[in-house]
Amino acid sequence: MKSIRIAVAAGGTLLAMTLAGVLGAGIAAAQEPIKVGAFLSVTGPAAFLGDPEQKTLELYVEKLNAGGGVLGRKLQLVAYDSAGDADKARTFARRLIEQDKVDVIVGGSTTGETMAVVPLVEQAGIPFISLAGAVVIIEPVKKWVFKTPHTDRMACQKIFVDMGSRGISKIALISGAGGFDKSMRAECLKVAAQHKIEIVADETYGAGDADMTAQLTKIRATPGVQAVLNTGFGQGPAIVTKNFGQLGITVPLYQSHGVASKEYVKLSGEAAEGVRLPAAALLVAETLPDSDPQKKVVVAYKREYEGRFKSEVSTFGGHAYDGLMLVVEAMKRAGSTDKAKVRDALEATRGYMGTAGMVNMSPHDHMGLDLTAFRMLEVRRGDWSLIK
Amino acid sequence: MSGQLAQYLLSGITIGAIYALVALGFSIIFNASHVINFAQGEFVMIGGMTTVSLTGAGLPLPVAMIAAVGLAALVGLALEKLAVEPARRAPVVTLIIITIGASILLRGLAALVWDKKLHTLAPFSGSAPIEIAGAALLPQSLWVLGVSLAIVLALSWFFGRTLLGKAMLATSNQGVAAQLVGINVRRVLLISFGLSAALGAVAGILITPITLTSWDVGIMLGLKGFAAAVLGGLGSGPGAVLGGLVLGVAESLSAGYLSSAYKDVIAFVLMLAVLFFRPAGILGGRAAERV
Repeated sequence: MKSIRIAVAAGGTLLAMTLAGVLGAGIAAAQEPIKVGAFLSVTGPAAFLGDPEQKTLELYVEKLNAGGGVLGRKLQLVAYDSAGDADKARTFARRLIEQDKVDVIVGGSTTGETMAVVPLVEQAGIPFISLAGAVVIIEPVKKWVFKTPHTDRMACQKIFVDMGSRGISKIALISGAGGFDKSMRAECLKVAAQHKIEIVADETYGAGDADMTAQLTKIRATPGVQAVLNTGFGQGPAIVTKNFGQLGITVPLYQSHGVASKEYVKLSGEAAEGVRLPAAALLVAETLPDSDPQKKVVVAYKREYEGRFKSEVSTFGGHAYDGLMLVVEAMKRAGSTDKAKVRDALEATRGYMGTAGMVNMSPHDHMGLDLTAFRMLEVRRGDWSLIK
Repeated sequence: MSGQLAQYLLSGITIGAIYALVALGFSIIFNASHVINFAQGEFVMIGGMTTVSLTGAGLPLPVAMIAAVGLAALVGLALEKLAVEPARRAPVVTLIIITIGASILLRGLAALVWDKKLHTLAPFSGSAPIEIAGAALLPQSLWVLGVSLAIVLALSWFFGRTLLGKAMLATSNQGVAAQLVGINVRRVLLISFGLSAALGAVAGILITPITLTSWDVGIMLGLKGFAAAVLGGLGSGPGAVLGGLVLGVAESLSAGYLSSAYKDVIAFVLMLAVLFFRPAGILGGRAAERV
């Protein structure tokens, strides 16, 4: 009995879906929508990336359609939840390409998911804009693959440039055990020499460690340390900052863009005074001077997002905004949705101002951001202040 | 250079006192049931998070602390009543697995009830560090140490002098015999869960100004607290404190003089070494099997 009932229910659903499909096709028959495919980590360990990304895509596809769409056609978002799993990402990307026949893919919240999909999009020849951080996505350049977020290498460079301007050349590094921490530490070690920065101490701490005074005491006792750089994410940097103040260390402390939030300042208390870190313009949208060319874009996105979802804007959602807008701009310039033409137009993007910064793509650079994408901030009286 | 050593020792003692407080909670439940309660870290989290959210809502700190300890004790009682007691005839291993399940449930609930952000409390007596032999110590660490010692004394009085405490020890040694002489074994187990949950909450409140707290802070604290309890000898109050301090100082010294990348390795190797030569832990001699 039960199986019959299920079969009937399934049949009914199928019928309803077919009907809806027929009706839908009837309405849209005049103009096929432009299909934007997405696979994002909306659930799972990387949900803090995928969730704002998906919300942003939905919000702006809706807004673009309300404004008449692109090239006189509506946009249609086909989004799947890859839950931080590279295998799922691959399956969904295949489905986007073969079944949904999307015109372009914007997605891949994590580097793992992105890299799993790269061979598929390269083979199928479909423009793909990744929302993940690592340098490997665009180095070496892959014909069909682009990305919008800045890399942690750029954060290191930004910090080293600031150190250089203060006459600092010998620094101590302290980093956590997480993926973000380790990746940034490796990038900083790689580019330090280019900026004439010598790393004289390299300490680490574990996930969930409650006290870093031992590591910092060792750093304090290392001769010649002129500044300390903490590449970390989560509670570690707040504890490092507290311990730093507790030990009365007087050299400057630098943190990474991973803790560029008010929460970090609140958790660290007074010890955060004078700490410097690089941050995306989006996080300090309102603090930017009106003359800043990026101010209009980031303030508009921030208001739109926070007004709609009643939650604080994150840089990750901004990456999805940039991805979608880059595609839309490229389609407009190409005057079609032909995949090869859109790809060429993407590569020719110049002077696009996004939430991550000014994008100038080239055949050698499929990200197109430079160090101006980051702003150097200093904590003063419990608030951010911009450093020129 | 001696200032450096002093700093390592003080840092180690600070971390060690935290581990010790968590380890004490493991010992109480182990004493009553031979169960290792892997939800102990979650009691610590509940204590910290409840205090943070209640003080955030405007309650004075002492009231928030009492409420947090009370709430944690209730959660501990509920855990025993709803999850452990129905399975009390099952082998100890099954009970331990139940506590692991409970810890996952509690973490999930905390993430839903509160949020996934980090929180902190203001230190009880200021954040100006105290200088000792060229090293800095936070006043909050003294609170942690002092309360640990007070709890050890209170527990040794409780287990050595009171009827209920003796009943708990008797239950731990020989459950059937304890029941035969009229001890309500079920009630003893229930009380031990409530007590250790309350203790965990006290630890959680005291350490929040140092370690910060969040929905998942219990995982690592629980693990280190467990290691400290095993190191000092499961079931022994002074052992838990000693184990915590040894673990903390070992971590700190190895981070300072060897490599911070291997400090956890060194701490756990030390634990293995102690277990190899003294399987019952440093002060755990009394817990050996008796016929």
